Amino acid sequence: MSSPFYVAPEQQMKDRADFARKGIGRGRSVVVLHYADGIVFVAENRSQALHKVGEIYDRIGFAAVGRYNEFDTLRQAGIRYADLRGYSYDRTDVTARGLANAYAQLLGGIFSSGGEKPYEVEIIVAELGAAAPDDQIYRLTYDGSIGDEEHFAVMGGSTEAIAEVVRAGYADALDLAAAVQLAVRALGSDGGPGTPVRELGAEALEVAVLDRTRALPRKFRRVAGPRLAAVLGADAAPVAAGAVPGPPSASTTSAAAPEVALSDPPGPSPTPGA
Amino acid sequence: MSDGSAAHSLGGLPAAFLRTGSSSFVDLAAAVAPDVLPTSRSTGSGGSSVSLADLTPHATTIVAATFPGGVVMAGDRRATMSNMIAQRDIEKVFPADEFSLVGIAGAAGLAVEMVGLFQVELEHYEKIEGAPLSLVGKANRLATMIRGNLPLAMQGLAVVPLFAGWDEAAAMGRIFSYDATGGRYEEHSFFSVGSGSIFARGALKKLYAPDLAVSDTVMAVLQALYDAADDDSATGGPDMARRIFPVIMIAGPDGVQRVGDDQIGAMVDRLVAARRIRPDGPEASVV
Repeated sequence: MSSPFYVAPEQQMKDRADFARKGIGRGRSVVVLHYADGIVFVAENRSQALHKVGEIYDRIGFAAVGRYNEFDTLRQAGIRYADLRGYSYDRTDVTARGLANAYAQLLGGIFSSGGEKPYEVEIIVAELGAAAPDDQIYRLTYDGSIGDEEHFAVMGGSTEAIAEVVRAGYADALDLAAAVQLAVRALGSDGGPGTPVRELGAEALEVAVLDRTRALPRKFRRVAGPRLAAVLGADAAPVAAGAVPGPPSASTTSAAAPEVALSDPPGPSPTPGA
Repeated sequence: MSDGSAAHSLGGLPAAFLRTGSSSFVDLAAAVAPDVLPTSRSTGSGGSSVSLADLTPHATTIVAATFPGGVVMAGDRRATMSNMIAQRDIEKVFPADEFSLVGIAGAAGLAVEMVGLFQVELEHYEKIEGAPLSLVGKANRLATMIRGNLPLAMQGLAVVPLFAGWDEAAAMGRIFSYDATGGRYEEHSFFSVGSGSIFARGALKKLYAPDLAVSDTVMAVLQALYDAADDDSATGGPDMARRIFPVIMIAGPDGVQRVGDDQIGAMVDRLVAARRIRPDGPEASVV
């Protein structure tokens, strides 16, 4: 039996962390922050087809940076986890905390096992609570460490410079336009304080929200096309974000359908000889 | 990290979740946790003196009709167990997703589970793929699920759904019916399933016109359900004392919407008032 070179565990972990960090740092960043009606995800992404932001469940969204095939595998695993759990128990039993824990176990296991290369990804799992104070943003890194972020989270390359801009501009209950514009300004400031802010248009952005005011049980909605252009162009004036609030629906088989008012008045009731 | 047991697979992210594979939730559940599926019921080796059909309530009449802006689906509220009324306010019409509806007749417990599974199936596909299935694709998925239920159907637990929705590509409402073996048939204009369906279809033949406004189409399906309840003991008529009325949903380009109970109540009141004058309902001309 041949004995391999001895590498100290500290060194091994450090090498793997450097490897993962390098892969993540190459990519464009993602900002996730609270706004008046929920949580907004803003990613710099020039592809309209390969998403960095996705829907996991009724009130849970997912965002990632790094290697596409790896985080897309994680996204699909999350959907499978959530749908199977929600179907076996109840829709209200699917929580971001449980999902984030499962992700942490998986990422940590892969990071410390010698057999596989570590995932070059960072992910955010965000959940809309019943009210604004219950909203959660979890950030997970390549080694499975997990952080419960307050107000906002930034991941990808140059996170320090971006987070600095978000921190300076963040306030509670920003409206959607203000929150998106702040995130876009932050993403454009990745060169640091000395460099000019890059202009990011609608074609370079992927934006989605978990919108508490949405009437349907599924609160995730992409903001794209004309709607995104309107949000980017809006003054600080509040933007009407969605429909009237409806009660959250819990049961699997009673997906709430909004009620309709029949527009045309019903015709006269049929009577004999009429 | 995966020991393959169902309990474990619900807690973490087993290897099966990380595999690239099918976008179908049914396939996933069958591989990872088959015991959660409605078709996992063990039917035994037979020889039992009890028919499975006697163990579960039965849901009855569902009616659907298209109109220029989509499709209307309505269901009565009664579930029966042989000669007993098992539930008087059961709901049998559900939104399958944002643009389609499913109504159920047959073994109620199994059918409601199957609707839940179908809803998850459509949502799961949409989330994994990032785009919804086409309406015909949805109808075919439902056919596959019914087919999987054939062994139970042969023992008396048949589930007969009616599927309808707004077809974005064709810009019209479409209706699909099924038999217990999973056969799928597209229906035109209107259709009905369940024990009172013969009477409901007969009524709609005389009342339906393809260019009816949405409110008239809703009234026509209410009349059809009333006629079904008139002649079929397993179909419930409008419960005037408890104000329990048929569930009516509409699928159109704006998605699925439910007609409010107040509105249905007002229409039922007019319908019943007219039936006091002519109990058999509106009269059609002979030629």
